[in-house]
Parts: sequence; C-alpha cells; structure tokens
Amino acid sequence: MNAEQLMQKNQALRISILKMLATAKSGHPGGSLSAIDIISVLYHQVLKHDPKKPQWPERDRFILSKGHVCPAHYAVLADQGYFDPVALDTLRQYGSILQGHPSMHHTPGVEVSGGSLGQGLSIAVGMALGAKISHEAFRVYCMMGDGELQEGQIWEAAMAAGYYKLDGLCGIVDFNRMQIDGFTEDVMSVNPIRDKWIAFNWHVIEIDGHDLTAIENAFYQASAYKGKPTVIIAKTIKGKGVSFMENNAAWHGTAPNSEELAKALTELAC
Amino acid sequence: MVKKPTRDGYGEGLVEAGRRNPKVVAIGADITASVRVNWFQEKYPERFISLGIAEQNQVGVAAGLSLSGHVPFATNYGVFLAGRAWDQIRTTVCYGNLNVKFGGAHGGISVGPDGATHQALEEIAVMRCLPNMQVVVPADSIETRKATIAAAEMIGPIYIRFGREKVPIITQAETPFKIGEAYAIREGTDVAIIACGAMVYESLVAAEQLAEEGIEAMVINNHTIKPLDAKMLIEAAARTGAIVTAEEHQVAGGMGSAVLELLAQHCPVPAKMVGVKDRFGESGDPDELMAAFDLKHTAIINAVKTLLKRQ
Repeated sequence: MNAEQLMQKNQALRISILKMLATAKSGHPGGSLSAIDIISVLYHQVLKHDPKKPQWPERDRFILSKGHVCPAHYAVLADQGYFDPVALDTLRQYGSILQGHPSMHHTPGVEVSGGSLGQGLSIAVGMALGAKISHEAFRVYCMMGDGELQEGQIWEAAMAAGYYKLDGLCGIVDFNRMQIDGFTEDVMSVNPIRDKWIAFNWHVIEIDGHDLTAIENAFYQASAYKGKPTVIIAKTIKGKGVSFMENNAAWHGTAPNSEELAKALTELAC
Repeated sequence: MVKKPTRDGYGEGLVEAGRRNPKVVAIGADITASVRVNWFQEKYPERFISLGIAEQNQVGVAAGLSLSGHVPFATNYGVFLAGRAWDQIRTTVCYGNLNVKFGGAHGGISVGPDGATHQALEEIAVMRCLPNMQVVVPADSIETRKATIAAAEMIGPIYIRFGREKVPIITQAETPFKIGEAYAIREGTDVAIIACGAMVYESLVAAEQLAEEGIEAMVINNHTIKPLDAKMLIEAAARTGAIVTAEEHQVAGGMGSAVLELLAQHCPVPAKMVGVKDRFGESGDPDELMAAFDLKHTAIINAVKTLLKRQ
C-alpha cells in the first residue's frame, strides 16, 4: 500500500469510527481519531500478524492501554479481516463482540482486556519478558495516552522495561494534549515528557503522529534500536480530521448525533 | 507437635512446581526471602524476575507473562497484593481469566509485631468476590506445599494465602488434597466447626476439650473458600444442625461469610462466627494477639457452647 492509498484508507477508517460511535450513541471519538493513523500504520506496515490466525504464536503483540479508543482498533481489525465488519454496527450493544472497552474473550485480535488506565504497559513488559525468557522473537507494542501517563503504574512499568533493557518492546504515546477535563497541561502536566522517558532508560523518538511516513520510520527505528525499549511520542490532534472535533475536549467521550455525523462524513469524504 | 510456617510450604511448593513445569516463573518484589521465593530464585535464576516494590506492576507483568505462555507466580504480602493491586487483579487478570497465581503472604493477625498495616485481614473478602478467581487458605505447611503445586497445575487465577509464623503440622504427606474439596479432619455429630488456615488446628484443640465435656464436634478443613465444597458443607450442616466458622480474617466477607451465604440458602442452621470483628490489628506477640483477638481454641469453645446453649 503506497502513501496515498494509506492516507485514503485512514480517512475510510475515520468514517468507520464515527459511524460506529454514532450507531452506538456513546463512546470516545476524540482519542480514536488521534490514534487511528498510528494504529493503521502499525497493522498495515509494521506488525507481523495474520488475521486468519489471531493466536499465531509468532505474531507481534499490540496492546491498547488507552482502551477507551478501542473503536479505532476495532475499525482496523475489521478492515484487516479479524471479524466481519457488520459487527461494527453492534458496538457497545448487549451481546456484541465489540465491548465498550477491549475484551480479549469477545473480540478476535484483542490481546488482553483492559480499559482501567495505566495497566497496559505492565502487561506489555510481561509479554516482552516472556519472549526474552523463551527466546522468542515477537515484538510487543503498547499504545498509551498522554493523560494516561498520570497513572503511577505506567512509571513502575517504564522502570522495569528500562531495567531489563527490553528492546523487544515499543511504547507509543498518543500525545493529543487533552483529557476529559481539558488540556493535560492544565489538568496535570506530564512534561517534560521526553526527559521522563530518557530518565527511565528508554530510547525516545518524537514524531508528528499524523505523518504516515514518519510513523512508519519511527517503528523501523524502534525495531532496529538495541539495548533499550523505545517510546514513540507521537504529537497528535485530538479529533483529527473533523474540524469541529479537533482540539476540543468535549469530544473526548461524546458520540456524534446524526447531524454531526453527516457533517463529519462530508469533511472526511473530501 | 512439629511446627513450621506455611510460607515454607509455599516456597517448597513453588520449587516443586518449577521442577515439574519449565514454564513456571516467579516474580520477586523485594521481600523475596521473607515470602520464601528465594528458594525458587536459587534453583531457577533464569525464571526469576525481580521487579522491586511495585505491586501494580507486579500483577500486570505477571499477566503479560501468562499471555506469553508462562505460569507466573506473583508473591507479595497479601495486604498489599490484594489491596493495592486489586484493580489490576480484577480487570487485567480476572476479567481476562488469565493463568496467574497469587501468593498472599503474611496472612492474618499472627504476623505479629509489624502491626495492623502488615496484617492481612481483608484479602479473602476482596479476592473471593472476583469472578474467575479461586481462593485457597491451607491449614499447614504440608498442605500449603500441595496447594501451591496444585495451583500451578490448574488453569486460571488463584490466590493462595499463607502465614509468617510457625503453626502445627496437622496433615500428612499422603493426606489427599484437591482444590475445592473440603474434608472432615475430625468426625463429630453435635456441631460442625468449619475452619481454614491456622484455625483448623485451633478447632481440633477446641474439639478435644469439648469432647471431655461430652460435645462431639466435627472439624472441617475448609481450605478452599472458592469454589466452596457445597455438597460437603451442606451435608455437614444437615448432619450436625449447628455450625461454627473459624478464620484468621474479618468475619465480614471472609470464609465464614462464604459458608453462611451457602448454608442460608440451602441448609439454614444456627451458626456462630469466630474471626476478627470489624477492627484493625495491633503490634504484639503472635500468640498474644491470637488470644487478644479471640482467635484461639478458647474462642471456638465459647462459640460452640453458646450455640448449643450449654454455657
């Protein structure tokens, strides 16, 4: 898939996200739209995976620690063929394979259940340690939010990953600068973010999280870097792609109504 | 009477589990020798992971290890493991039904001089309410060893509680042990004393003294609090018509609560509960504390006599 095709694909994934949220009448568009470019590049260009064999032992692992943006993950998984895209219309409904937050026993392709923030990086550390102990080559990717970095457990996990030099682990911070209460900088600053990860013995790459080439290159750099885990700090825009959602914390956890959806789809179709 | 701490049984069981299955891994949390995980560390250093003082991360890393095909044992003082990392145990481990084994050390008031902060008295309550979780409180070091090996061999999350102090050995190597199967360690028809952990021994002492007064008490070693052995417990209640529960834990939500929840629905009989009554522990000598908190055989005798109206 070339850059142009991937860009178009990501617009289609954005449409898929907004449609499923509008149908569900609840969920988290802002972070889903900031994270989608990264998750899409990961599944299209980086991850070693097979949608027909979600439990393939040699697959790379992706953990969505900021579990509330699972619609972005679901859109990609459906598009990749992990399950029938028809299921996207059942998001958050009783009996659906698509729960409001990630559930490993409901959704093919979801590695671990979660949604209580701050827990994913520890799980990723455990997986990477497990691979190291068994001499397996799979890589582990864990996406966190910048607001999520306020959780203390993230830093417990970061300390352990640095200590064990887990170069099979790649963290991604979807740095969209916002959380429910407003700007992260105002609610509880996580800066200086680069220095924090360096201090915890991580290799740090900073990119524009909507520049598809930069995202891809960052993942390749992370794979090549030995002796330390890598964290990609991806500067993103909350609500990216929909003008009235961009940089507006009100869209953290509110689904668009039919009018808003129509307006958003018009923008994304351009 | 030979005495040995149940934590020794855990340490021995962990080494044996590691010998039987090369996928067994252990996580250290700075208190490695105190919880006897150092024996595994010495034997299988390549399968020992030190994570320092970080309970939440310990549970998350254990979850990740289980997802990469290992059988992780996360051991810590029960009060911190079940308390501080409860959300991690709930949402990551139990919701996912992951194959993580929890060793909850320093259970009960008998931790002694360290005082209330380190005496786990609520962890049975907060572990047994979690879907998918199993909870075992073995009676002595031999049984703790068996429980630890059994934990490694079953699939799914399990919490094993053990203690710091030496307690009498009351089971034998050949005594059958199966998670979920309670058994009468002493037969009797007047009352059934249902106990777990160190309170099984106290119940046996109580039963011997009650026998001298003509009261024949059945003593049940109810080592598995979840899943409860419903059939055995209902039969015991039906046969004796009177129940006393005994545990080194808050009576609210603990083993006794679990038993009485069952019996209230299926075989309601008069009952009394021996345990900690809605208060925190204190510093002191373990034996002194057991007496002060009404956790000795004398408290069980009083409960039985009150119940049978023979006081």
